[in-house]
This record gives sequence, C-alpha cells and structure tokens, in this order.
Amino acid sequence: MAVKLPKKNGVFIQMEDEIAGIASVIGASWTGARVMTATSGPGFSLMMENIGYAAMTETPCVIVNVQRGGPSTGQPTMGAQGDMMQCRFGSHGDYSVIALCPASVQEMYELTAKAFNLADKYRVPVFLMADEIVGHMREKIIIPDSITNVPRRELVKGTLPFKPDNDRMPGFPQFGKGYGVHVTGLTHDERGYPCATNPRLHETLVRRLVDKIESARHEIADYDILNPDAELVFIAYGAPVRTVQQLMHDHPDKNIGFLRLRTVWPFPEYALGEFKNARRFLMPELNLGQIAREIERHVKVPVISLPKLGGDLHTPAELFAALEVE
Amino acid sequence: MSFEDWYRQDRLPHIFCAGCGNGTIINCTLAAIDQMPWKKEETVFVSGIGCSSRAPGYIAADSLHTTHGRAIAFATGVKLANPGLNVVVFTGDGDLAAIGGNHFIHGCRRNIDLTVVCMNNQIYGMTGGQGSPTTPVGCLSSTTPYGCAEAPFDLCELAIAAGANYVSRWTSYHVKELEKAVLVGLQTPGFSFIEALVQCPTAFGRRNKFKQVADQVDYLRTHTMLKAKRDRMIEQGEKIPGDMFIVGELARRNRPALGVKP
Repeated sequence: MAVKLPKKNGVFIQMEDEIAGIASVIGASWTGARVMTATSGPGFSLMMENIGYAAMTETPCVIVNVQRGGPSTGQPTMGAQGDMMQCRFGSHGDYSVIALCPASVQEMYELTAKAFNLADKYRVPVFLMADEIVGHMREKIIIPDSITNVPRRELVKGTLPFKPDNDRMPGFPQFGKGYGVHVTGLTHDERGYPCATNPRLHETLVRRLVDKIESARHEIADYDILNPDAELVFIAYGAPVRTVQQLMHDHPDKNIGFLRLRTVWPFPEYALGEFKNARRFLMPELNLGQIAREIERHVKVPVISLPKLGGDLHTPAELFAALEVE
Repeated sequence: MSFEDWYRQDRLPHIFCAGCGNGTIINCTLAAIDQMPWKKEETVFVSGIGCSSRAPGYIAADSLHTTHGRAIAFATGVKLANPGLNVVVFTGDGDLAAIGGNHFIHGCRRNIDLTVVCMNNQIYGMTGGQGSPTTPVGCLSSTTPYGCAEAPFDLCELAIAAGANYVSRWTSYHVKELEKAVLVGLQTPGFSFIEALVQCPTAFGRRNKFKQVADQVDYLRTHTMLKAKRDRMIEQGEKIPGDMFIVGELARRNRPALGVKP
C-alpha cells in the first residue's frame, strides 16, 4: 500500500501503533475516503476499543487481520483462526459486524474489494479475516479489468444525520460538505447529540446497530454448497477449505457434503438447512472450535469439531479419518 | 460573524460545572477562529474523552468526539484524507498526556497541520478527581490523598522536544493573550500546541484549599511568569521559583509539516 497508494492519488501513513492506525482510518472515513488498516494478533487486540467506536458511529472501514497463533505474541509466522470470536464480540457492548474469510490469493483480492462495498453499504466495520497460510500464499490470480464500487449513500440535506431510512441505515453526512454533523461514541439521538441516560433511546440505537446487519444476512451471505444430499457434511472457512477440497478431489466416490463459507459473520445459519440428509457436520478449524459452537446452536444433529492448533493445516488423511469415525 | 455564531445553540445547557474554566478557553479559541478566513463547512473539531473533549459537541461544525486519548490520531486521519479541512483538537491533560501521550508526541514529530488546545486542569475532573500527569507535587486528588508524589509533565516542553512548530502556554486568566496565541497557532502551518491552565473548582479547587473559584484563578495569575522574564532571570543568575508556570510563546519555528493545505 505504501508503494501503490500515492501513485493512485491515495494516502498511506504508518501510524505509531495499531490504536492510532484504526483511529486515523475512522477519522479519514468521515471525510468520505475509503479506508483500511491491516494487522495480526496483538495489533487486532489493540484496535478493539476503536472498532466499537466505528460500530457505534456507523463508520465504514475495512480491517484486515491475518490471523496467527495466539494468545499474546504467540506464533507470529504461523497460521491460525483463533480471532473469529474476537472479531465478532471483541469490543465491549452489543453490536454486529461483517467478517469475510478468504481461502486463496484470488479470494483475498475479491473479498477485499467486496469488503469496501459492504462497509460503505452497511456503514459498519468489515473484517477480512485471513490467516497466515493464505497471507503468505503464492498462487495465480486473475485481476479483472474493472470492479464494481458501490458508493456510500449520502445524507439528504435537511434530514437528521442519524435518522435511519427504511433499511435501518442513515445516509452519510460527509465532513466538509456543510452538514455540521456531531459524531460521538456516546449513545446519541437522531441529531447525533449525546443522550446517554435515556434507556429507551439506547436500546433503540443498539438494536438498530445489530438489526441492520443481522436482518441483511441473506443479502450479505457468501457461501458454496456442494453435495447437499450428503449425510456427512464438512463446514469450513479460510485455509481449511483447501484440505476439504483436496479430500473431495481424492475421494470422488464418497458423497461428501460441503458448506464452504466466505461470510462467517453475520452467520448464514439458514444455509445449514440445505443439507436435509445430514447425519453429522464436521468442522475443521485452526482454533478450538469457535465456529463449531455457533453451528451447534443451529442444528439438531451432532457437530464434530476438528480443531488444529500450532500452525499446520489439517492433512487430507486427518479429515478422512474423521469421516470414518462413527 | 462573532465567536457566538460558532456555537450550537440547541445544545445548551452545557455540562460544565459552575465556575469551570473550560468555557473561557472555548470562547477564546472560537474568538481566534472567527478571525480566520475559515468557512464553517471547511472546519472540523476533534476531541477525545473528558470535560474538555465535550467542547466540539457545542460547536456548530463537523465534529468528531472520539475515544479517550486518541483525538490526535483521529484528527491525523481527517487531515491527511482531506488537507483542505481546517482541523482543531480540544483535549485535556489526562486525555492528552496520559492515555494519549504517544499520539501527542508523534503528532508533534510528524508536525501534522493541526491546532491542539489543551485545557489543563491538572486533574481528571469528569471521573472523580483522580490525579493526572500534570497534577503538581503535593496536590491532593482522589488518588493522591496524601499529596501527589510524582513529578508532573511539562506539556509545552514535551511538545517542543517532540517537534511542534508552535507552542504557547497561557491560563484562563489571560483571555486576550490566549486568544492571540490560538490565532497564531491557527495561522502557523504544522502542529500548533496551546496549553491553557484552567481552574476546576469541583475536582481540584475543592481539595486544594481554593475556597472560591476566584481564588484559583488568582493563583493562576500570581503563579505565572512570562518566558521573557524567566529568560532574563536565568541570564542574571537568579533563581526561578519552583511553583511558577512559564507563560507566553515558547516556540515558533518552521520545521517541515505534514498535511498542509495545498
């Protein structure tokens, strides 16, 4: 970004720490700029307070987290998916976000572009939750001639800056355009003014921040379903997708179902219902079963969590063995 | 226009305590801004958390009331993304020098084109009178009930050492001087830092034997010394009293700055 942005009329700055990184990104977003920052592990923890600020103030921004083994400094150069719950719930209070998980270099490109559009459309922090394996991957990618940019919907002059439209989202009052908008992380009314001790107003605001994302989860969802009639179904996102793909490639005779997620948050729980014959869901993750627990609360059949820590991917043989266990 | 035209009238009454010095500093700042050829729609106010940081909420312009300590980092993003905007930061001693200390020194180092006005009341006024990094030695606060034992920061020396282009210090007593200092800060490209010592009758004065608001303002009057006088006394080998705040223009220079309007 330091090399390319200045040539494209963009701005790159290396801030003093990740707290300042996300802060400057949010500040820049209010001038109407498309903004992003990238980090791994500890830096992601440092960003949490301001991620909550972005959620509360409905500031569009993209945050890339190339996940490593944690907790703490952990394994700086090894892959993991241990921050999946942190990206959903890491800042204090109730809110909702969007999280995308690429499994290839091509998807790293495509989902980054998509993340900007989602951030602008839903006025929310959007996470690109990659992992070290995808982050350091070298493979062929095809860059299209053009990509679609969905612009932010501007606030109609004369309307209140935080009054939602029918889709639960207010128009964007860009700084420098004469809106004279006050933006605060305090509970605010539709004028944007602090109103922190009104219980009803707080509940309405926080419910809207959650509902605007959760009620759009069909629209936001991005997943593939393979072999929906299968009895044994793998679910994966990020790098473990590749092991499942290898397994299916190696055993074309076995009817293996696969729900392959690119959107993890908001979780598209209705997609699980597509597997009508499912006896078991198997979930390989590079964590101790963070999203497997999310699956468990949506299905009645057993969910087998296949955790793997340390930085290596599951091998196809490991997944095959899990398939054989009754 | 007058400085009153910059206020968001529908936000009154404000949250500041009776006798608080913050309103004086906001008035002086807006009076200086009013002398600039700035349009309201090209001016952005940014703040963090604390009493001082509530100021942008009362000003009728685009304003960003952010998280504790991070105002300068947010403001850096605003300014770099659109250098055409005039960006003013309101902060306090806790916000700027404790939780936000790192952003403060790096803002000065980058010499980013902001004007930062710090209302230094030497205490955390909003949260119950805890000691701050500028609480003088011996002063009482809720976390220094036997007198502050830690040496305070000199915010201006910090800004000068870190590279700010313009640095000055005044108090809520010196309203005309403060207004002029802010004006020079606004006119100077790069990082301008104006420290304004203010009385906080509720959290500081009450604990430190200032029975009346005026007593504390009078203390600020009698315990300030012009930089020129200080320099003269040093030249003549005289001793500077330890409890004096040095006021006046402390630095004005022309280091390369970031984010200056093209």
